[in-house]
Amino acid sequence: MTALLTIIVLVFILIAIWQMVKIFDLAQAKNGNDIPGVATDKDNTLNGYLMMGFLAFIYIITIVCCVKWGDLPLMSNSASEHGPIVDNLMVISMVIIFFVQTITQFLLHYFAFKYKGEKGKKALFFADNNKLEAIWTIIPVIVLAGLIIYGLNTWINIMGVDESDDPIVVELYAQQFNWKARYAGADNALGKANVRLIDIDRANILGLDESDPNAQDDIITTELHLPKGRPVLFKMRSQDVLHSAYMPHFRAQMNCVPGMITQFGFTPTKTTEEMRATLEMQEKVKNINEIRVEKSKKLIAKGEEALERYEFDYLLICNKICGKSHYNMQMKIVVETEEEYNAWIKEQKEFKNSLIN
Amino acid sequence: MSAHADTHEHDDHGHHHKETFVTKYIFSQDHKMIAKQYLVTGTIMGVIGVMMSLLFRMQIAWPEEPNVLFEALLGKWAPDGVMDADIYLALVTIHGTIMVFFVLTAGLSGTFSNLLIPLQIGARDMASGFLNMVSYWLFFLSSVIMVISLFVEAGPAAAGWTIYPPLSALPMAQGGSGAGMTLWLVSMAIFIASSLLGSLNYIVTVINLRTKGMSMTRLPLTIWAFFITAVIGVISFPVLLSAALLLIMDRSFGTSFFLSDIFIQGEVLHYQGGSPVLFEHLFWFLGHPEVYIVILPAMGLVSEIMATNSRKPIFGYRAMIASILAIAFLSTIVWGHHMFISGMNPFLGSVFTFTTLLIAIPSAVKAFNWITTIWKGNLQMNPAMLFSIGFVSTFITGGLTGIILGDSALDINVHDTYFVVAHFHLVMGISALYGMFAGIYHWYPKMYGRMLNKNLGYIHFWITAVCAYGVFFPMHFIGMAGLPRRYYTNSNFPLFDDVSNVNVIITIFALIGGVVQIVYLYNFFSSMYYGKKTVQNPWRSTTLEWTTPVEHMHGNWPGEIPHVHRWSYDYSKPGHDVDFIPQNIPLKEGEEELQH
Repeated sequence: MTALLTIIVLVFILIAIWQMVKIFDLAQAKNGNDIPGVATDKDNTLNGYLMMGFLAFIYIITIVCCVKWGDLPLMSNSASEHGPIVDNLMVISMVIIFFVQTITQFLLHYFAFKYKGEKGKKALFFADNNKLEAIWTIIPVIVLAGLIIYGLNTWINIMGVDESDDPIVVELYAQQFNWKARYAGADNALGKANVRLIDIDRANILGLDESDPNAQDDIITTELHLPKGRPVLFKMRSQDVLHSAYMPHFRAQMNCVPGMITQFGFTPTKTTEEMRATLEMQEKVKNINEIRVEKSKKLIAKGEEALERYEFDYLLICNKICGKSHYNMQMKIVVETEEEYNAWIKEQKEFKNSLIN
Repeated sequence: MSAHADTHEHDDHGHHHKETFVTKYIFSQDHKMIAKQYLVTGTIMGVIGVMMSLLFRMQIAWPEEPNVLFEALLGKWAPDGVMDADIYLALVTIHGTIMVFFVLTAGLSGTFSNLLIPLQIGARDMASGFLNMVSYWLFFLSSVIMVISLFVEAGPAAAGWTIYPPLSALPMAQGGSGAGMTLWLVSMAIFIASSLLGSLNYIVTVINLRTKGMSMTRLPLTIWAFFITAVIGVISFPVLLSAALLLIMDRSFGTSFFLSDIFIQGEVLHYQGGSPVLFEHLFWFLGHPEVYIVILPAMGLVSEIMATNSRKPIFGYRAMIASILAIAFLSTIVWGHHMFISGMNPFLGSVFTFTTLLIAIPSAVKAFNWITTIWKGNLQMNPAMLFSIGFVSTFITGGLTGIILGDSALDINVHDTYFVVAHFHLVMGISALYGMFAGIYHWYPKMYGRMLNKNLGYIHFWITAVCAYGVFFPMHFIGMAGLPRRYYTNSNFPLFDDVSNVNVIITIFALIGGVVQIVYLYNFFSSMYYGKKTVQNPWRSTTLEWTTPVEHMHGNWPGEIPHVHRWSYDYSKPGHDVDFIPQNIPLKEGEEELQH
C-alpha cells in the first residue's frame, strides 16, 4: 500500500513539473536572439548556483551518512588476529578517499559555479601543461605505491597459513541451503571425502570415505565452535553450487567450489561472550532491539507474533548467490575458551558412531 | 590513406536510388538511422531494466508487505502481491544483464559510435553499411530473445548476471537455470556476434575513412574512445562467447568443462574434472574489460561536451589519449580482482591487486584533466554540460572506492556486499548513464533536427543527480556493515536489522529517481515531433558533424567532404574573433597549429 501511495504522489509531482516547465517555457519565449534550447546567461547563473548547492548536498549526505550510519560498518570490532591489520588498512584507505573526494568535488563544483558562462566573456586558451600533468600523475603513483605495498603485505600475511602453528583443521561444507562443519577429531587430520561417497541411508551425509582411518574420528556438526586464541584452518567444500563462506566479524571469506577444496585460516581473539560485552556491540544490539520492538508492534497489530529479542552471535553466512533460499543460509559460530570448546567437542558424536548400519 | 576518394563518390550520393519505407526506416544501411535504431531499442530495454530495479528495491525495503505493483506486473510470481524469492533473483539477474549489455554497451556505444564516427572523421558512411545493418538487427534479435526469456514457465535466468555455473548449469539447482538460462545464453551469443560486427566496422572505419587532413592526433576524443572501445570489444567479447558455448555444452551435451563432483537433490551427477573457477576466469576476461567498454565511450562524449561547453580546449589532449590507451591495456589484465576469494592461488591475487590499483593512475589523470578543462572556462550550462559535470562527480565518488575493492586484503570483507553494488553503480552505471544522457542532449539536434526542451533537461538532471547520490551513497555503509547483495530479504538476520531503515531511504530515492526518468522520456519522444527546430551548429562546436546539413541525407555532405586543417579543440584561440574555429577552416596566415 505504501508503495502505491508513493507512486501516486510521484505521478502528481511529475504533473506539477510538467506544468512548471510550460510556465518557464512561456516566460522565456520572449528573448528573440537566443537559439531555442541553448542555455542563456540566466540558465548559466542559475545552474552555477545549483552546482554549489549540489556540492553542499554531497558534503551533507556524507556527513549525515557518517553520523547516522557511521557505526554500522565493521571497522573496529574485529574478532580475529588479522582483523585489526585489515581494519587499519581500511581506515587509511578511507581517509585517503575522503580527502581526495572532498577536494576534487569542491574543485569540480566550485569551478562550475565560478566560471559560469557570460555573453562576451572569453575562456582561457589553456591546452597543455606538462608540469601540472606530471604532478597529478606522480602523486597518485606515490600514494598507490604505498597502498599497494601495504595491501600486498597484509594479503600475504592473511593468506599464508603457517602449518607449524598447529592449527585446528575444520571443514566447512556447503550445500543448498545450509552449512555443516567437520572437525578432524583427535588425530587432527580430516578423512578423505567425495560427494560420490554420500550415502544418505547410512547417514554418511558428507561423503566421507568409510575405509579411511582418518575419517573414523571426524565429527560433523551444525554449529561451528572455535576456541579463542588457537589458529583455525578452514577447508571449504561444496556439494552442489558455488557458495561463499563469509564470516564478517573475523574479516574472513572464501568461496566453496564444487570439485575442489579451498582454504582460509584465522585465529579468533574474542569469545562470543567477550564480543557481546564490548561497548560497541552492546550499543548495536540495543539499537537493533529497539528497531525490533517497533517492528513487533506492527506485527502484533496485524495479529502476528512478535519478534524475538536479539542477542549477538557470530555468524557464518553465504555470500555467493546459490539459489532460492540463498538469503537464509547461515550457521551460528560460537567462540569460547579452550576448556569450553574441549567439553563441547567431547559431547559430539564421532563419524564411526554416527553411521547407521 | 585518409584521402579517401571523395571526389567521384559524392556524385553517386547526390542522386541515388529512391528509398522505400523499409530501406529507410527498417533495414537501413545509413549509419545515422542505425544509430537512432540503437538508441530507441536501448531506451526500451533501459525502461525494462530500470523498472525491474524499482521492483526489487521495493521488495528489499518492504519485504513483508504485499504490493499491488508486484501483483500486477509479476502475476504468478507474486501470489497475493508477495514477491517470490526466485523471481527476485531473476529480476536482479536480468536487470544487470540488460543494463550492462543492452543499454550501456549497445545503447551507448552502438548509438554514438554509429552516429559520430562517420560524421566526425569526415566519412560518407561506415566502412560496411551492410554489416552495420546486420549488427543492429542481431542486437534487436538478441533483445527480443532476452525479453521472451522473461515469460518462460520456470522463470527467467536467475543466477546473477555473472551466471556462474554450477548454479546456472543445473536446472535442478534453480528454476531459472532451465529454459530461461538457455534463452539467456542464446541471446547473449547473438548479442556478442552483433557487438563484434559493430566493433570491426568501427575499427576499419576509423583507420581507413578519415577525411583529408584528419590525422590521428586531430581526432576528437570521442573517436579515440570509440576506437579503443571497439578494440577492447574485439579482444574480449569472443572469450565470453567461448565461455557461453562451453556452458551450453555442459548444460545440453553432457560435457564437464565447468562442473565436477556434484551431488544435488539426492543424486550424484556424472560431471567430473571441470572447474567453475575456469568459468569465472573466462567470464571476467570479458567482464572486466566490459566495464571499460561501457565507460570509455562515456568518457569520450564527456570530454567533447566539456570542451565545447567550456569554450576551452580539452586540457591535456595527448594525456587523455594516453590514459585511454593505458586504461585499455590495463583493463585486460585486471580481471582477477573479481576472484580474490574464488579459491584462486593467493599469489595471483597479489598480481591482480597490483595491476588493478595501477588503473587508478590514468583514471586520476583523466579526472584532473576534466577539472582543469572547466577551470577559467566560459561554461555554457546546457543539460549536456550538467550531465558531463555529473559524470565527473560520480566517476570520482565511485572510482575512489575502487582502491578498497581492488585491494585483495580489503576485498575479503566487502566482496559481494552492497559496498560493491554502490561502487560499480556509481562508477560505471550512473556515470555511463550520465555520459549517455549528455550525449543524447548534445547530439539530439544532429539526430532529429530538433532541440530537446532544456528546462525539462534541467529538471531531469538535478533530480536524477540528487537521487543517484541518495541511492548509492548510503549503500556503501550497509555494505561495510557486511550486508550481502542478492538477498531476497534480510529478515532472517537480526544482525542486519539496523540497516533496514537505510534500505527504505535508498528505495525512496530510487523510486523518485526512476519515476523522474518519465520527464526525460516525454522530452525525448515529444521533441521528435514538437521540439523547436535547430540551427546547423547550435552549440557552436568545432567538429565536422556540425558542418553537415540539419536535414539528414545519405552520404552526409551535399558536396565534397570537408578537409581538416586543425585539431578539434580550437575554442577561444587567441587571435580570433569567434570563440570556436571549426576543423575545416584553414589556418590563418601566420597562425600556428598548436603542438598539442
